[in-house]
Amino acid sequence: MKAFTCLTAIAAAYPEDNVDTDKIIPARFLKTISKAGLGAALFNDVRRTASGELRDDFVLNHSPWDRAGILVTGTNFGCGSSREHAPWALADFGIHCIIAASFADIFYNNCLKNGILPVTLDARDLSSVFEAARTPATASITVDLSQRRITIAGAVPISFEIDADAAAMLLEGQDEVTQSLLHEDAIRAFEKKSDLIMAWQPSTLPR
Amino acid sequence: MTQSHPRTLYEKIWDAHLVEALSDTLALIYVDLHLLNEVMSAQAFEGLRERNRPVRRPDRTLAVSDHNVPTDGDRSQPIADPESRLQVETLERHAAEFGIPYIPLASDDQGIVHVIGPELGLTVPGSVIVCGDSHTSTHGAFGALAFGIGTSEVEHVLATQCLTQRRSKTMLVRVSGSLREGVSAKDLILTIIARLGTNGATGHVIEYAGEAIRALDMASRMTVCNMSIEAGARAGLIAPDETTFAYLAGRRHAPKGAEWEAALADWRMMRSDPEAEFDAVVEIDANEVVPMTTWGTSPETAIPLKGAIPAAVDQHEVNQSKVMLDYMGLEPGQSLSALPIDVVFIGSCTNGRIEDLRAAADVIAGRNVAPGVRAMVVPGSGQVKRAAEAEGLDRIFIDAGFEWRDAGCSMCLGMNPDQLGPGQRCVSTSNRNFQGRQGPGGRTHLVSPRSAAASAIAGHLASAEFLK
Repeated sequence: MKAFTCLTAIAAAYPEDNVDTDKIIPARFLKTISKAGLGAALFNDVRRTASGELRDDFVLNHSPWDRAGILVTGTNFGCGSSREHAPWALADFGIHCIIAASFADIFYNNCLKNGILPVTLDARDLSSVFEAARTPATASITVDLSQRRITIAGAVPISFEIDADAAAMLLEGQDEVTQSLLHEDAIRAFEKKSDLIMAWQPSTLPR
Repeated sequence: MTQSHPRTLYEKIWDAHLVEALSDTLALIYVDLHLLNEVMSAQAFEGLRERNRPVRRPDRTLAVSDHNVPTDGDRSQPIADPESRLQVETLERHAAEFGIPYIPLASDDQGIVHVIGPELGLTVPGSVIVCGDSHTSTHGAFGALAFGIGTSEVEHVLATQCLTQRRSKTMLVRVSGSLREGVSAKDLILTIIARLGTNGATGHVIEYAGEAIRALDMASRMTVCNMSIEAGARAGLIAPDETTFAYLAGRRHAPKGAEWEAALADWRMMRSDPEAEFDAVVEIDANEVVPMTTWGTSPETAIPLKGAIPAAVDQHEVNQSKVMLDYMGLEPGQSLSALPIDVVFIGSCTNGRIEDLRAAADVIAGRNVAPGVRAMVVPGSGQVKRAAEAEGLDRIFIDAGFEWRDAGCSMCLGMNPDQLGPGQRCVSTSNRNFQGRQGPGGRTHLVSPRSAAASAIAGHLASAEFLK
């Protein structure tokens, strides 16, 4: 996985609450067996008209936000389904950091596994970032994960907090499967014990 | 386990599945059952293949296609839509390549993954169950810790049979009293979601308890746990009891003989200790629950079916609800009960079980679908469909003017041919009313099976009471 250390990019303000994963990428675009190319379908039903043209009233359809690398949004971003196509679509569009009032659990986890940094801010700091993102002159901001700091031109830097394990995973670009396979001995020991004390666990093999 | 402090059911299951602590907050936990569907798995298998990794426990993994599946036509023939066909055939190919049991489309056992897991006796108390689908919370009805995961985590479980997890907070939702006649588990969970809000349980696992929960049958418990995710909780739990054991006894994959006896002894311990502490406690009075629906594009907008759309309390709420009202074609303060409808959908992992179909058929018997309304019943599995036909429920639906279809996710989400058109208003027993969820521009009102049936007959949003 690609590491996330520091990102300077255009921030786009999308001040909605409860943006669900069906809105981030509608179900009909999930009929793919690849991770690539989903950026075209990002926010499809609010970004495009029924005939596929870009809508005038959507932030990512206007310069400079059509090159956004950071999305700024409200509470409970990414609620709904567990589709990892949502972070895949965001990353494919070029968005590698989301700054929000709060996130839904599964989406938050899915971001970490795709090198996308989810940042949670309180209302005051979030409104400063919203304000910067709305003006082209200040829309380019810097999010530094190792310093846990957001820098906006002409403003006091904003500090943020993030779980240490989540930060380490992003900073090092860890592959979690490779990490977990290092615990083979512990897994095998657990299975040996579990075969004894939970012998009733059903097998899925045909019967 | 040597812990002496009182523990919640969640903590007991967590402790029993702890493989290794990785840090103060992270742990490797073991997965007993991994369910796979066609949408969330292709890229995970691709990841395994790139690194030449095998599937660790094919005997604890089961694959079935449900999201993409058309609900009519000949299942022995390939799916017409090329993208859907490719996704389903890819799962079939991966299952064969990695030695994973797969239920083919034409099998009598095919169905929505969250309906067939319990049906086949694979969902058992005290286990950890995952699936690349957020409604995996359904299986929590059996006292299993069950939650949805993304594709990266699917790959992780395939390779290691474990997951790296952060311990959740716990929330007790205690439901006292009893549900009134004609009020269902769907009305109860919509009431709970309206109370908590769509992110009210984020970071928590909910345990549902209280006399009203104990009185529910397994189908109703599954409806409740299914929608835990709509309040932000990754999982919902109900401690197993005699109702649970009676449901499981004799099912195909459930333990048998001495193993059944050993399992029962363990399962009876699967309950929160009386003194266990929860991070949050919510009290609900079942006697006050009435037939519910939703007015907006978030499940938290649930209100009594007879009620009116509430006024927003501040400017922020005014802005947020205006977006929803415009999309739904509604006005603030409007009453919902006379709202004309285009489509009725009865089915999904929330309400596609035999008990749900019986409840709907009970309302419909001898009546007809209102002119201009498209009404469809989609059983949650092949087994549900055959059981319904053996009871004659199919005749009741067909005679009333309903479409009687084959098992699948159908109109719960716009991924197969069953979709709403722009502006169409649908009364649905599914779980999400998000913008475009049932098809681009479609408008969804979530209800119970009885209310969906009554609405189909009335031609507008209605509870079964309206027909009396």
